[in-house]
Amino acid sequence: MRATGEKTWSVPDYPWGIVKLEPIVGRYVQLNDCRIYFEEAGQGIPLLCLHTAGSDGRQYRGVLNDAQITKNYRVIAFDMPWHGKSSPPAGWQNEDYRLTTGSYTGMIMDFIKALALERPVVMGCSIGGRIVLDLALKHARELRALVGLQTGAFVERYYDAAWLDHPEVHGGRACGAVAYGLMSPLSPEKERWETVWHYMQGGPGIFTGDLYFYQVEGDIRGRIGAIDTSVCPLYLLTGEYDYSASPRDTEAAAARIKGAKMTVMKGLGHFPMSENPEAFLGYLRPVLEEIRK
Amino acid sequence: MIEGLAQLVNRDPAIVRWGRGMNETFMIEVGDRQYLLRIENGLIQKVEKGPFVMRTWRFAIRASRECWEKFWQKTPAPGWHDLFALLRRGDVKFEGDQRVLMAYLLYVKLVLAAPRNA
Repeated sequence: MRATGEKTWSVPDYPWGIVKLEPIVGRYVQLNDCRIYFEEAGQGIPLLCLHTAGSDGRQYRGVLNDAQITKNYRVIAFDMPWHGKSSPPAGWQNEDYRLTTGSYTGMIMDFIKALALERPVVMGCSIGGRIVLDLALKHARELRALVGLQTGAFVERYYDAAWLDHPEVHGGRACGAVAYGLMSPLSPEKERWETVWHYMQGGPGIFTGDLYFYQVEGDIRGRIGAIDTSVCPLYLLTGEYDYSASPRDTEAAAARIKGAKMTVMKGLGHFPMSENPEAFLGYLRPVLEEIRK
Repeated sequence: MIEGLAQLVNRDPAIVRWGRGMNETFMIEVGDRQYLLRIENGLIQKVEKGPFVMRTWRFAIRASRECWEKFWQKTPAPGWHDLFALLRRGDVKFEGDQRVLMAYLLYVKLVLAAPRNA
């Protein structure tokens, strides 16, 4: 199916098959002296997408390329500082990277204000699925809706993430191995290994630093009872193969948030939008349609 | 299942390549049965079945027979598809040199999952 803005052609005498130009455009915004890379496609209601720990906005390539969504939504995915093509802050070499609730929510709201996004929908996965709960508490009036992918209020330390940042362990291979296991065996090989590849490209200590928020500082269990979904609707979508934020973990959080709408995504794992974009879009499109109306 | 691992793994360069540089012996425990796997540069050189007397291994991975059987289903059920899923529930235990395990984690995962395609 040819989507609006999708350009394809073939180049005679080259064995590439069909060449396809995606509608996604990337650029940089400088925020707090840090170069932040973001990509966007589409027009309409802003849909800000938050990538997972140790990865980057490429995870949302399926959403950014979906003509049905970009018809009504301006889809934007930014790379957090230290991740993807965004810079780390000056002096990064002198410190250990650690994500906290305050710095995460702060950067999201700073980005929204910098791009003057009006009442965006914010969708986040994993650490992003956690931070939408904090956004629900602190910024409900500024947001149109929140979508948590693989949301849990807390994950205990069941393995030592320090091994992912050890000079005698190849960080890329180890981070990739961890990400590999979180995905569903039913997701397509190509998309699973693309997702692994992103993890293998992460900088030293970044995945570990994000997990500090996920497994230690970002415990939000004590606060989620106060979320008011009548001000800002909250949708929770969780892939059934995720064992880090399982459907049971999401249900436990949803049970304490009045009005939260939860859906289990059958056959999907921890990176639904990246490991199986096509299947994930089937779950996301009706949610976005409901938000739009 | 473990006995046939050498044949399954060594014929598959897609698995062997992730074990390049690994020259170690590690132990897999299936219920009350222990196996020692000797790896040389990503190839399984030897699989020995216990019981053993005073053998050295670099790291060990222990789980019940029932757990491994669920893990080895062609398409495992959610929660039985990855070592770390088992770890979170306490259904598998890792012992010994964790650095070597983590350094070769992807290789070890692919090796242990190979019986699904037997």
